Amino acid sequence: MTEQVIQMTDLQKQFDKQLVLRGINLNVFKGEIVGLIGPSGAGKSTIIKTALGMEKADGGQALVLNTKMPNRELLGRIGYMAQTDALYDALSGRENLEFFGQMKGLKKSAMQPAIAHVAAVVDLEADLNKRVSGYSGGMQRRLSLAIALLGDPELLILDEPTVGIDPALRRKIWAELHKLSANGHSVLITTHVMDEAELCSKVALLLDGRIMAFATPTDLKKQYGVQTVEDAFLKAEGEL
Amino acid sequence: MRTLAIARRVIKELFRDKRTLALMFLAPVLIMFLMKIIFGANSSTSVTIDAVHVPSAVRTELEDVKHVQVVKKSSMRAARKSLKNQHADAIVRKSGSKYILTHANTDASKTAAVKQVMQGVLTKQGVETMKQTLKLQGTVIAKQQTAIGQLTKLLPAPAAKQFAAASAGNAAAPATTHKQAAAPTITNHYVYGDKNTNFFDKMLPILMGFFVFFFVFLISGMALLKERTSGTLDRLLATPVRRSDIVFGYTIAYGLLAIIQTLIIVVVTIYALGIQIVGSLAAVIFVNFVLALVALAFGILLSTFASSEFQMMQFIPIVLVPQIFFSGIVPLDSMAAWVRDIAYILPLKYSGDAQEQIIMYGRSLFSNEVLVDLGVLMLFLVVLTVANIEGLRRYRKV
Repeated sequence: MTEQVIQMTDLQKQFDKQLVLRGINLNVFKGEIVGLIGPSGAGKSTIIKTALGMEKADGGQALVLNTKMPNRELLGRIGYMAQTDALYDALSGRENLEFFGQMKGLKKSAMQPAIAHVAAVVDLEADLNKRVSGYSGGMQRRLSLAIALLGDPELLILDEPTVGIDPALRRKIWAELHKLSANGHSVLITTHVMDEAELCSKVALLLDGRIMAFATPTDLKKQYGVQTVEDAFLKAEGEL
Repeated sequence: MRTLAIARRVIKELFRDKRTLALMFLAPVLIMFLMKIIFGANSSTSVTIDAVHVPSAVRTELEDVKHVQVVKKSSMRAARKSLKNQHADAIVRKSGSKYILTHANTDASKTAAVKQVMQGVLTKQGVETMKQTLKLQGTVIAKQQTAIGQLTKLLPAPAAKQFAAASAGNAAAPATTHKQAAAPTITNHYVYGDKNTNFFDKMLPILMGFFVFFFVFLISGMALLKERTSGTLDRLLATPVRRSDIVFGYTIAYGLLAIIQTLIIVVVTIYALGIQIVGSLAAVIFVNFVLALVALAFGILLSTFASSEFQMMQFIPIVLVPQIFFSGIVPLDSMAAWVRDIAYILPLKYSGDAQEQIIMYGRSLFSNEVLVDLGVLMLFLVVLTVANIEGLRRYRKV
């Protein structure tokens, strides 16, 4: 059996008496890309925030890299990319990377090679010295991903990473994610784009704070007897 | 060191925002120049008084007073009309032995000036009358003297001698009285400043603190708000950074900024505005530095209650403006006790007090007066900083 990277057991979370997560069981193994799909308000962001230790579960537990979350030191081994680009506009691309590299605890000697590596991955080498305020939307998204990739994290948590990105770049990012997973990195990704779900090793269908189905895209389609993941999703929503 | 990296980044961002930087460094200079001009300008108010049935002697006296213009009016009606048309500031009417003043009272300082001028002139008139009476007495005495002289001639010799001695003493008295009546001169010595010292000098120690507080509060609050709304705070907290690293990083950056700002303000006040700073410059800068850190902590704390830049601006009237009123620009001693107590929860009061002691009285940083104020500021700083570090828990649980 391969190593478990994320292990969520009976995770519960409520905000102001409103139950957002009603007993989530979710396991991510090493080298897997797990896609979380579900409508807005289903609890996707809450699962991600709990995995990062930004929120604390009210019930159940979340183990990440065999450590109970929240845990501050562990965050150095996780790469996180949020829905918003979250960049410092006044700084250049390189300065943004350097800053977050320092925050992640990268050694000074490892910094420049790491920056060169992630910049090459997202194809931003030529624009690293420009200020972020002069970047296009796509460039900002790529820089944001580059920051998440800094320090070669064992686990990548990506919250809708391909929103507002042109198809060519989206394909490139997915190619990179597959490369990472082949190298033994794990990815937890949320998405609205259903054809992206087909690219994941496993898909978790999240509805109303519960995981309705958790399987490979092929099994999921078989389970609901439909042609696409999107149909499976709609069917699951209809059954609720 | 993550703290230093954060401080470096905050400073880098600040120094690339040229407009904000110019605002922080040049706006205080501009405002201080303007204030110096406004408060240094002729502070005397000139008034126009309509006189009705006022003796010409009093009228001339009034006209002799600087900044006072007297217009003779034949009737109260004419005077009222000119008061209504804003040609005069007050009417003086003599009725019997009384003077009746009617003030337009649209400018309190003019009303006060007219009252003062009238009082002064009447006192002078009183003295004048006394002088006249004395003179009259003098002539009476002189006349008596001649009469006595003539009388002595008629008296036998021994008695005449006695009489002469007594009357000589009598005659000397009015002469000395006249000598004493000559006006004594006044020479002024100033412990602080010179004859040009005015309200602006009194305001400066408070003003200096206010600029630092205002800009650091607003800019740091906005900066943290931006971190929150742009998502960089979340991203920052998704790294192993300590919550305290973030707060202390900001503290270092804005502390440095406050030092630069204070230096500029101090240099301008001393060399361009010519204001005297008795105490040590280092002490002045240190107090402002501590105040800036309090302002920073305040800004960060309140930014968590604001969801937009505009909401951050809304703190100006409720957090910043009251501080000006209670910081000592208006003397607090004359206020009601409960009003005075409000001042004790406002940081600007303590910095103002400390700066006044240093700038005007030349007290050292380690004198009791300054240490108490500094101690309270430090207390503010510690409490607010702890609150901020704890407050970040809302965004990450560890």
